[in-house]
Amino acid sequence: MSEKAKAKKSFNSNTLLLFITIALFIVLYAGGCIAYGAKGFTHLQTFLNILITNAGLICVTCGMTCVMLTGGIDISVGALIAMDCMLLAVGMSKGIGAVPMVLIILLIGAVFGIFQGFLVGYLEIQPFIVSMAGMFFCRGMTAVICTDQVSIKQDTNPLFYAWANAKIVIPFGGYLNNKGKYMAPYVRPGVVVALVVLILTFIMLRYTKFGRSLYAVGGSAQSAAMMGLNVKRIKMGAYMLSSFLCSIGGICYCLNTMAGSVSQALGLEMDAISSAVIGGTLLTGGVGNVIGSFFGVLINGTISSIVKTNGKLASSWPNILTAALLFVFIVIQSIFAALRKRNK
Amino acid sequence: MSSINSKSFWRRIKSWPLLLPVVALLLVMAVNIIHDAATGANPLSFFLVSLKDTTTNGTILYGRIIDIINRGSEVAILAIGMTLVVSASAGTDISVGSVMSLCASFMCMMLAGYGVSSTTTLAVPLVIGLLAAVVMGLVCGAFNGTLVAHLSIQPMVATLILYSAARAIGLLLCNDLIVYVRNPSFAFFGAFAGPIPTPIIITVICIVIVSLVLKKTALGMYIQSVGINAKASRIAGLNSKLLIFLAYTLCGLFAAIAGIVASSRITSADSNNIGLYLEMDAILSVALGGNSLGGGKFNLAGSIIGAYTIQAITTTLYALGVSSIQAPVFKAIIVILIVVIEAPPFKAFVNRMSAAKAAKGVKA
Repeated sequence: MSEKAKAKKSFNSNTLLLFITIALFIVLYAGGCIAYGAKGFTHLQTFLNILITNAGLICVTCGMTCVMLTGGIDISVGALIAMDCMLLAVGMSKGIGAVPMVLIILLIGAVFGIFQGFLVGYLEIQPFIVSMAGMFFCRGMTAVICTDQVSIKQDTNPLFYAWANAKIVIPFGGYLNNKGKYMAPYVRPGVVVALVVLILTFIMLRYTKFGRSLYAVGGSAQSAAMMGLNVKRIKMGAYMLSSFLCSIGGICYCLNTMAGSVSQALGLEMDAISSAVIGGTLLTGGVGNVIGSFFGVLINGTISSIVKTNGKLASSWPNILTAALLFVFIVIQSIFAALRKRNK
Repeated sequence: MSSINSKSFWRRIKSWPLLLPVVALLLVMAVNIIHDAATGANPLSFFLVSLKDTTTNGTILYGRIIDIINRGSEVAILAIGMTLVVSASAGTDISVGSVMSLCASFMCMMLAGYGVSSTTTLAVPLVIGLLAAVVMGLVCGAFNGTLVAHLSIQPMVATLILYSAARAIGLLLCNDLIVYVRNPSFAFFGAFAGPIPTPIIITVICIVIVSLVLKKTALGMYIQSVGINAKASRIAGLNSKLLIFLAYTLCGLFAAIAGIVASSRITSADSNNIGLYLEMDAILSVALGGNSLGGGKFNLAGSIIGAYTIQAITTTLYALGVSSIQAPVFKAIIVILIVVIEAPPFKAFVNRMSAAKAAKGVKA
C-alpha cells in the first residue's frame, strides 16, 4: 500500500467515527422527538436550550480536545470554573465592573494554564498529577475566597445581569403556545460565545502552525522534536489554551448560574472528557477534532434533556446512559485501532 | 576514610526508595510538634497514645496518631490495589472511589432490603451482604480489567466509564435514598475490636496477605515485568493480558473492602459521598510513595506510607484550623512540591547547578 493510500485509509476510519457520532446524535434526537413530541421536544427551542445549558461545556471541551490531542489531560477544568464563578460573584459584589472582572478571569485562566503547562511541558510531570493538583488548588481556593454561596443580582452588577438575561431572538422556527401566543426561539449570549470559540478552535487546529503541531506532538513527541518543533513550548501552549478556554467557559457558565459556590461544576471535567472521547478524540493523542467534541456535548445534552422531559426517570440515569455510550464508543474505537494495526 | 564512608552513606540514603515518603511523613510530624510547642501544648502530644473509656465502645486506644492510622485505612487499602494497577498497566484506575460507593450501596441494599431507607435488623445474614460487596467489587474490577487488558483501551478512559456510572448505579440501587443499617454487627467493621479500631486490623490483614503473596510467589515480579514491557514479557512467556486483568480485578476487590469499611463507619450507604475524591488520594499515595506512574517497578511499602502521610497532612491541616473544604489548596501545593522535586529535568538542573558550583570552587 502506498503512503498516500495509507494516509487516506486512516483518515477514513477517523471520519467514519465522526459520522457515527453525528448519526448517533441525530438518532437520539429523532427518538426524543418521536417519544416526547407532545411535550414540546420537537420545538427548535428544545435544541437551543441544550446549547444554552451547555455553552460553558462547549468551550471547556474545545480546550480539552486541544490538550488531549497532545496526549495529555486536564482534569482541573471543573474546579477552575468553580473558582471563576466564585471570583466573578465576589468581585462583583465588591463593586468591580463586569468588563474588568471578565478580563481578570481570562488573565487568571491564562496564567494558571501557563503554570500547569510549564510543569507538564518543561518538567515532564504526568499531566494527570499536575491537573489533579490544579483541581485541588482551584477547588480549595474557591473555598478560601468564600465558603458560602454568593449570587449575582441585578443591583450588584446591572451590566452582567443584562448579559445573562439578553435574548438573541432567532427569526424562524417559533411555535404558538397553548394560549395562541407566538413564542420566538432565542439563545443567550453565552451560546454565541461558545460557537465563536468552537469555530475559532476548529480553524486554529486545521489551518495554523500551532494547531498542526498539536497533532504532530500527540502523534509522536519524538518525531515532532526531530522535525524541529519545540515540543515543550507546544505542550505548554496547549495547557494555556485549555485553561484560557475554560475561563471563557466559566464566564458562560456563570451567566447561566449567576452564582458562585464551592460545589459548582463538580465532575464537569469528566463530562468534557467523555464528550471529547465520544466525539472521536483519542486520549493517546494525535487524533480528533472539535466538531466531534461538539457533537459529543450535544449527545450528552440530548440524553439529559430526554431524561428531564420524561420527568419520571431517576436523576442518575443521564450518568449511566452517558457511561454506556462512552463504553460503546471506546469499544468501537478499539476495534478500529485493531483493524488499522492489522492492515499495517 | 570517614569522609568516603559518609559519602557512601549519603548515596545509599539518596537511592533509598522510601526516602521521599518517609521525609514527607517526618516533615508532617515536625509541623505538628512545632505547632503543639507554639500553642503551649505538650510538644509530643502528636505521638501520645492513651486508653480512654467510652460509653459506646468500652476501653479504646485514643490519640492523634491512632486517629490518623484509623482514618487513613480506606486510602491505604485502595493504595494497595492502585499500586498493582499502576505498575502493571502504566495507568491509573480512577473508578475506585465510585466502585467503593457502589459496593457500599449494594451491600446496604442487600442488608436492608430494596427501598428500605433505615433498618436495625438485617434482611439477610451479614455474610451475604459482605459477599455481595466483594462480588460487586470483583465484577467492577474485572470489567475495567477486560477493557484495559483485552481491548487495549487506555486505563483512564476505560475506568472513566465506571467512574461516572458506578455512583449513579449505586444511587439507583438505593432508590435515591441514604440507606441506614443501624446494626451493631454491621457497625463492627468501622468501630472497634477490643481497644483497637477495626479498620486498622482490616488494613493490616490486607497488607500482610498482599505482601506475603508478592514475596512468596513471583506475582509481584511478573506484574512489574509486564509494566516495564508488556510485549517483551509476553514473548518471555508471561500472560501479560491475564496479569493486567488480575491487577484490575484485585483493585476492584480492595475498593470493595474499602467500601465496606467506609460504609460501616457511618452505618449507612451515602452513595453521593462515600469515596468521593478517594481515587485522587489513592493515586497520590502511589506517587508520593516514590512509584513512577509510568508503570514498572513498584514499592508497596512506599504507597502505604504515602497513604498515611496524606491522612496525616489532612489531620494536621484540620489541627491547624484549616477547614475541610479549604484543605485541598495546601494538598495541591504539597503535591506540586513533591512532584517537582522528583521530576528528572529538575534533578538534572540541580545537578548541573551543583556541578557548576564545584567547578567554580576548583578554579578558585
